Amino acid sequence: MSVLVNKHSRVIVQGFTGNEGTFHASQMIEYGTKVVGGITPGKGGTTHLDRPVFDTVQQAVQQTGANVSIIFVPPAFAADAIMEAADAGIGVIVCITEGIPVQDMVKAKTYVLRHPSCRLIGPNCPGIITPGEAKIGIMPGFIHRPGTIGIVSRSGTLTYEAVDQVTKAGLGQSTCIGIGGDPIVGTTTKEAVQLLMEDPDTEGIIMIGEIGGSMEADAAYWVKEYGTKPVVGFIAGQTAPAGRTMGHAGAIVGGTEDTAAAKMEIMRQCGIHVVDSPAFIGVTMLNALKK
Amino acid sequence: MNLHEYQAKELFSRYGISVPHGKLAYTPDEAVSAMEQLQAETGTNWVVVKAQVHAGGRGKGGGVKLAKNTTEVREKAGAILGMHLITPQTSAEGKLVRKVLIAEDMYVPGPSEPKEYYLSILTDRAKGCNVIIYSTEGGMDIEHVAEVTPHLVHKEWIDPTVGLQAFQARRIATNLGLSGEVYKNMLPFIAQVYQAFVGEDASLIEINPVLKTSDNRIVAVDGKMTIDNSALYRHKEVATWRDFDEEDPTEVEAGNFNLNYVNLDGNVGCMVNGAGLAMATMDIIKLAGGSPANFLDVGGKASAETVEAAFRIILKDPSVKAILINIFGGIVRCDRIANGVVEAYKKLGNINVPIIVRLQGTNAELAKQIIDESGLQVHSAILLKEAAEKVAQVLAQ
Repeated sequence: MSVLVNKHSRVIVQGFTGNEGTFHASQMIEYGTKVVGGITPGKGGTTHLDRPVFDTVQQAVQQTGANVSIIFVPPAFAADAIMEAADAGIGVIVCITEGIPVQDMVKAKTYVLRHPSCRLIGPNCPGIITPGEAKIGIMPGFIHRPGTIGIVSRSGTLTYEAVDQVTKAGLGQSTCIGIGGDPIVGTTTKEAVQLLMEDPDTEGIIMIGEIGGSMEADAAYWVKEYGTKPVVGFIAGQTAPAGRTMGHAGAIVGGTEDTAAAKMEIMRQCGIHVVDSPAFIGVTMLNALKK
Repeated sequence: MNLHEYQAKELFSRYGISVPHGKLAYTPDEAVSAMEQLQAETGTNWVVVKAQVHAGGRGKGGGVKLAKNTTEVREKAGAILGMHLITPQTSAEGKLVRKVLIAEDMYVPGPSEPKEYYLSILTDRAKGCNVIIYSTEGGMDIEHVAEVTPHLVHKEWIDPTVGLQAFQARRIATNLGLSGEVYKNMLPFIAQVYQAFVGEDASLIEINPVLKTSDNRIVAVDGKMTIDNSALYRHKEVATWRDFDEEDPTEVEAGNFNLNYVNLDGNVGCMVNGAGLAMATMDIIKLAGGSPANFLDVGGKASAETVEAAFRIILKDPSVKAILINIFGGIVRCDRIANGVVEAYKKLGNINVPIIVRLQGTNAELAKQIIDESGLQVHSAILLKEAAEKVAQVLAQ
């Protein structure tokens, strides 16, 4: 029925007692996510939002059986938090933090890759949601509906846009994965698409990319080779000038192959239903499923 | 954050990287005394006058000149200072040159021929590690070299857990065809440049050319360096080197309000929450027959104050004929944004361009009602499709 997270996911929050952590943990609990505790170094042994607070991720895993972690700690400490979660045996780490130094992420990603059973989502992402089961992120829960469309995106609000259109088209979502807008992310577009392609309950996939890097092209080539379900794609930034960072640290057009036009062309050639306008993501998915 | 050449070289020398002696000059008089001082300190005969602007290809645009005596340095610095330097990396108007670097000439004849190489370091996004790119074809446009003779551009990927290893530096020196004294001098040079990259949290270091002098020393004759903005908090001194003169003043002002703004040359301004949706909104404007006047991400916590600041910044651009506000309210409630728009609109008074407000998400219906009942000349929409249609209508009028 989903990938990565479901109603059985046991979630801990790193940076639990801070403003962001508190607010979003409350929202996640309200959505029905099984939040089993949190970590704030120095506050171990206390209780927050009726859940235990631990000093280390290791303690939290030992005492709660947590297998998913969501990170809200400030950028300077976020790479350390990711590595701590990987070390403690967490299976899915979702890092929301924006603005982590790239060199810190180079190290953290390498570290995570040494733990084969660990998957990092983000950083600088809205998180993951399996509608009706678990919301592990900062997305507005109410726009989602359980269903069969998997969504992969580098953006936050643009993902919500796609989700909303899918819901309004009468479809719902299996799992939505916000992979993040940074130059270095734990899970690539291709890896996320692959997870959804292999999920028996996902019938269609929406892939939302943006200028910069080669992740969408890599995913498109993979879809051409192994794809078994319709894929709808959109690339934001068709009008972006070269050499300028457009908000997301990873959104910069560097060469000729990472422009929106180049990526969209590659995606078309690989059999992906590419939409020029983000207003038609939902309806294109609906039509693609009818074929 | 982009650094000037003279700033990059200052950092280089802190890591032991050999750079030509140089002095900054803001006037032709200063250029003359800089040359005289360099002659006294280094024994150099000639100097190079180099425009200090944030753009590559300065030589091609006439921003780099050799001066053989003080008359020439005065004349050449005078010509470069105040010019609008146009290079392949600048806009058509070019960049105003406010200062020049007067640098020691390193190409003096000697026991062997000077030779130029290329070296850069950046982070390979796909591989998730740093990569050293190098070539024997120094002093040329590296993109051109890579296109025409790709076999002359080499890459060395660095394992982040252990960093640059000695054998990798040896492989680079070997692939550059070096031997003897030059080979030995290149090894520490490579290591120092890599240390500078990691130590200063650079996202790019490009040295083109790396010069082998006629007496077999290795010198960074040029230097381009970009520092990762996210890491500036741990490089407090370098952070103060930011040159606001090189940036668009409106973009600087937007930054003071925590707005992420990029000025573009179109006719429809936009105000959006989230970078991806902001880029998508620009695309919608284009598809609706307009052209985006800016990129503007108000961030995740849009308030009445940020909306007002965003309005002011967008309206500074006289070519703006319409404004599209596109907010997907998740955590931020749409009714609050709607009230913010109405408040800002009333406060600003004379907004003479049509505004299309598209609010979707939490309390979207209520937000639309607030906009519709405000009595302002504002078009409201809920669906993205409707917003696009309204932009097209407004532009057609």
